[in-house]
Order: sequence, then structure tokens, then C-alpha cells
Amino acid sequence: MTLDTFLTQVFNGLSLFTVLALMAIGLAIVFGLMGVINMAHGELMALGAYMTYLTSIVFARYLPSLMGAYFIIGIVVAFAVTGAVGFALERTMIRFLYHRPLDTMLATWGLSLVLQQLYRQLFGPIDVSVPTVTWLQGAWNPTPGIAIPLSRLFIIGLTLAVALAVYLFLFRSRWGLRIRSVMQNRAMAGAAGINTERVDAVTFAVGCGLAGIAGSALTMLASTGPVTGQQYIVDTFIVVVFGGVESLVGTFLSAFSIGQLQSMFELFLSGSMAKAAILLLVIVALYFRPNGLFALKVRR
Amino acid sequence: MKNNRRDFLKTAIATAAAGAIPSSMMLASRTASAADPVKVGILHSLTGTVAIAEAHVVDAEKLAIDEINAAGGVLGRPIQPIVEDGASDWPTFAEKAQKLLESDKVATVFGCYTSASRKAVLPVFERYNGLLYYPTYYEGLEMSKNIMYTGQEATQSVIPAVNWLAKNKGKKFYLIGSDYIWPRTTNRIAHPTIAKAGGTVVGEDYFPLGTVEFSSVINKIKAAKPDVILSTIVGGSNVAFYKQLNSVGINGHNQPIMALAVTEEEAIGIGRENLTGVLSCMGYFQSVQNPVNAKFVPAFKAKYGADRVIGDTMEAAYTSVYLWKLAAEKAKSFDVQKVVAASSNLGWDAPEGHIHFHVSNHHLWKHARIGAFKPDGQVDILYESPLIEPNPFPKLG
Repeated sequence: MTLDTFLTQVFNGLSLFTVLALMAIGLAIVFGLMGVINMAHGELMALGAYMTYLTSIVFARYLPSLMGAYFIIGIVVAFAVTGAVGFALERTMIRFLYHRPLDTMLATWGLSLVLQQLYRQLFGPIDVSVPTVTWLQGAWNPTPGIAIPLSRLFIIGLTLAVALAVYLFLFRSRWGLRIRSVMQNRAMAGAAGINTERVDAVTFAVGCGLAGIAGSALTMLASTGPVTGQQYIVDTFIVVVFGGVESLVGTFLSAFSIGQLQSMFELFLSGSMAKAAILLLVIVALYFRPNGLFALKVRR
Repeated sequence: MKNNRRDFLKTAIATAAAGAIPSSMMLASRTASAADPVKVGILHSLTGTVAIAEAHVVDAEKLAIDEINAAGGVLGRPIQPIVEDGASDWPTFAEKAQKLLESDKVATVFGCYTSASRKAVLPVFERYNGLLYYPTYYEGLEMSKNIMYTGQEATQSVIPAVNWLAKNKGKKFYLIGSDYIWPRTTNRIAHPTIAKAGGTVVGEDYFPLGTVEFSSVINKIKAAKPDVILSTIVGGSNVAFYKQLNSVGINGHNQPIMALAVTEEEAIGIGRENLTGVLSCMGYFQSVQNPVNAKFVPAFKAKYGADRVIGDTMEAAYTSVYLWKLAAEKAKSFDVQKVVAASSNLGWDAPEGHIHFHVSNHHLWKHARIGAFKPDGQVDILYESPLIEPNPFPKLG
């Protein structure tokens, strides 16, 4: 193995880490903080991807000169629309299912099927093409043998920005304070005058909006179609569960270890075997640490 | 509306009355009169994950049925299609197949796309002695007396592809595919073919269906420096594979890549710019030049829209309907055994050129075509093989 191959692979691991983290961060909030097992999380990512697609069409038709900027707007639109859909979902469906995890799973799984078919009706069964903006096409070549795709660099930057924003939101804002207090002790938070229902809805909406951002960014790497969400959902859940359900740091650490291990395994094993090896490792790890890598030590 | 209701009432009364007639008298009315429509089933996934490919196949089959009806039907009887949705779910396929055969008593069924769905309905067709026309290119290794296979089996695509590549592009092959029976069987056929052509396999990788992360294997491919990448990746993974290849500067122009499972329809989702120069091997491309195809393509576009494109499986499905019609007319009967017997050596001028059934193995003698994707998503045909004999049970390497 040459040095170029090795260095590229180190970058690939880093890139996979940020992709996984970006996918998982929304679910870490919805599942980790709120305890809602949202099986339709993948479809919300697909919604983000479709919103980016629609934005690209609008720009191509009405603002072709600003096409280079569409992707940034697309990410914002994806966050806004997916967040709004999340808010509506929480108000009309999820809030009736708190403390009924099995019912939540069934209901959100059904929702994922409905959304898939809805995308199929609206956008057709065939994948749509989301153009990659010109300034993110191609690669940066630090040496002739190494090609670092600009799209992956962008995703690394985006993930760091999103992580920072989530940190500031949860730990440095009024809203974050309310969210954390409701998650820690709902009754006390309510008694202290916090509108817990409102907090639930906003938290869920933010988690969904983050899924939209992930879906939007991943259009550069993968497909945008009715079943796009299915391609992400399993990895997303594994990252969150492996990291420890109630810990955002755990989610990042889990994404990092899975990303690095998977890309190293893939170098020496076939893709399927690498995946199997990762799953096996996760199972063994969960056997010894049932609450994930970063379980909070709390009295129950 | 009023008329419809009256018709419905009449039918209801007639049915009720028929129920009262002793069954011996029913026999007379069973022998359908000449103008009665002949029922056929169409069984594909209109919903669920596979709908991406299958929904369009239904369009092609309906076009053939409309054309045949406009020209007077089969044996003087119009065709009445009954469309069922397999919903990308294999037990549903089996249920719907049973419904079509048992309660609708269809003369034949055009259906299935994935091998899994075909395997699910196969015992149903054998039990009820039904007839299925299966239009997808597939791995072979099957021959049911109740199924006619109108797509190419694996040897008809991978052997000509490998031979052409070894002659024109180079002899070091990297095999990459999705992890299920079709890519694995295809590559087991590819191995001895590559060896025979004097080539070597420098890498072989399989990824679970739906994989969207290919950066590591692309790195491996770069390190292995193959002359040719032979890809049997299917579905949404293809989008990720070609996007990620392009993002590190590998494309159809600087690296020969042969895709065995990318049709023109899928080019749209992959992004035509990502696919330019990539090679494909199929039985049919929309760009085939012959008088039949010159009528077929505009007819399809007139019915379904000018922006629609036609892929290999859609053409095979369209051809299936005509092959059934010809066989029924040759047999002068809709009886399954007679239609199958009449299909032996039966030929037709299809949009893909003149093709004909094998004398006994239920598969078609077909051409293989190799072409390169152009920026508009259509394929520039570089090579066309003579008719290749189907060999569904090859010696596997």
C-alpha cells in the first residue's frame, strides 16, 4: 500500500465520520433527548434532498445567474421545510404517542411508507438529479496521487458548523435551557412555568430540520429518490444507539469510530464483509455496554 | 353515470340469475364467443422500492396491448389487461399471481422484475399451470415449463462484454457489484471468460444493496490501476458510485468503466454528466437503428410523453406481449401447453432486431450491444453481436 492510498483512506475515514455524524445528529435529538423512535427519520432526510432539488429547479428557471449559490439556499430551505413538517407531525401525531414506544415505532414506520409513496406520486419513481454546484465539483490535489473531493470537504465544514450551532442552541440559549430542563424532569419544568408541550414540538422540529440539512448535503454523494431515506436510516440508528442514546458527545464519538473502522475494514475486506464486521463489533460493544459508549450515569 | 348504473344493475341481475342456473347449463356459456376479450395479467410493483424500475415496464406492456387491440386483437379477441400491484413484496407477488390465475383465469401473465419476485411466483404458476413472461435480464440458472424468459440471461451479457473489453480496452479487470445473486453469478461467469481472454482480475468487491459510501473502494481501485472496471452495482447505489468516482476525477473518459445494470432511464437519476463515456452492455438501447424501433420509440413517446426514455427491460416487456400473441396465433389456442409448444423457435422482428426463442430452453436468442453514454443520457452504440444462444445453465467459474 502506498502512502497516497493510506492518506486518502485516512481522509475517507474522516469524511465518513462527518457524513455519519451529520445524519445522526438530528436523530440524536429526537431519539436521544426526547426518546421518540422515529422510523420516518430517513424520509425526512429524503424530504431535505427533494427540497434541495426543488430549489435547484427554481434557480435554474428564474435565477440562472445565481446558480452557484443555490446549494446554500437549498440547505436553508431544506432545514426550514423539514423543520416545519416535523413541527406539524409532532402536533398532529407524535405528541399522542409519548410513553408508548412500540406504538410510536409502528406509527412512524407507517408514516415512512406514506411519505415514500407520496414522493413517488409527486416526483416520480425514478431518482431525480440534483446538480452539484460548480464550485463543489472536482477535487483538491495536494499531491498528484491524492484527490480530496471538494464536496466531502464541504460536508466536513458543514458538520462542524451544525455541531457548533447545536451546541450553542442546547447549552447557551434560553431554548436550550428549557429543552434540557424538560428532558431532565418534565413535571418540575412544568411547575417552574415552562410550556413543556411547546418545548416538545420545537425540539422535535429542530431534530427533523437537522435531518433535512443532512439530506440536502448528501445529495452531492448519493441518490435522491423515494427510497433514499431507507439507505440512511439503519446507519443513523446504529450511530445513535452505539454512541449512547442520551449523549450528543457519544453520537459524535460513535460516528468517528464507526467511520474510521469501516473505511479501514473496507480497504482490506469486501464491502459486505466490512459492513458485517462493523455490525458484529457494535453488537459485542453493546453486549458489554448496553447503554452505548457514553451512557449517562443516572439513578433510575 | 345513469347508463353505467343501469349496466351495472343488468350485470348484477344476470349474474344472480346465472347463479341460479344449474351448473351443467353454465358450461355452454363458458366457451367464450369470438368477440369476448381474452384476459391477461400484468403483475409488477407499482409501489415500494422496486417501483423505480417496474412501473415503466407496465407502460411498455400496455402500449403493446393497445397496439394489438387496435389491430384486431389475438385470434380475433381483444386483450383485456388486469393490472395487479406486487408492491415490491415477494409474498404479495405470490398472492396476486394466485388471484390472477385462480379467480381471473388469465391466459398469461406479464410480470416480475427482480429474481426474488419470480422465485416467489414460480410455484404458483407451476401449481395452477399458468404462463409467465419474465422480461428482466437476470442470472439464469432457471428454466420452468411455465415461464418464458425474454430478457438476456447472464452469459448473453457478461461474456460478450468481457470479450469486447479485453479486445478493445485492456485485460486487467476490477469487478465491483451489489451483494446478491445476479452480480455474484455474473462475476462467476466473468472469471473464466476473463481468463480465457488472457486477462486477470485485480480486485473484486461486493456491497450490500443500498450502499451509498464508495470512497474506500474507489481508493482501492485507484491503487489497483485496472484497465477496466466491470460494475454490477444496481439501483440507487449506482448514483452514489458514479457521483463519487467523478468527484475524485475518475470518469468514463479517463477510465474504461462497463456498467452491466445501468439503463437509459437510470441515467437521469445518476446525473447524465456523471455517466458520460461510461460503457453499457444490454440487449437493447433506445438508440438502436431499425424500422421497428423507429416506430416503437415515437409510439411510446406519443402515449406517455416526449421526455420519457426506454430501457432494455421495457423493450423486452413490449416484445413479450407480441411473442405471446404470435405463439397463441400459431397454436390457434390460448392453452398454456400449446402456447409454450408453439413458442419453440418462434421469432419476431422486435425493436431490438429479429430475435427468436430457443428450441427448448424458454429463453431468447438475443443480440448483445455495447455502447457509451452520451451527455444527453442516450447511448452511442459501438458494437452489436450476432444472435447469441441462451445458455441458462453455464459452467460457473
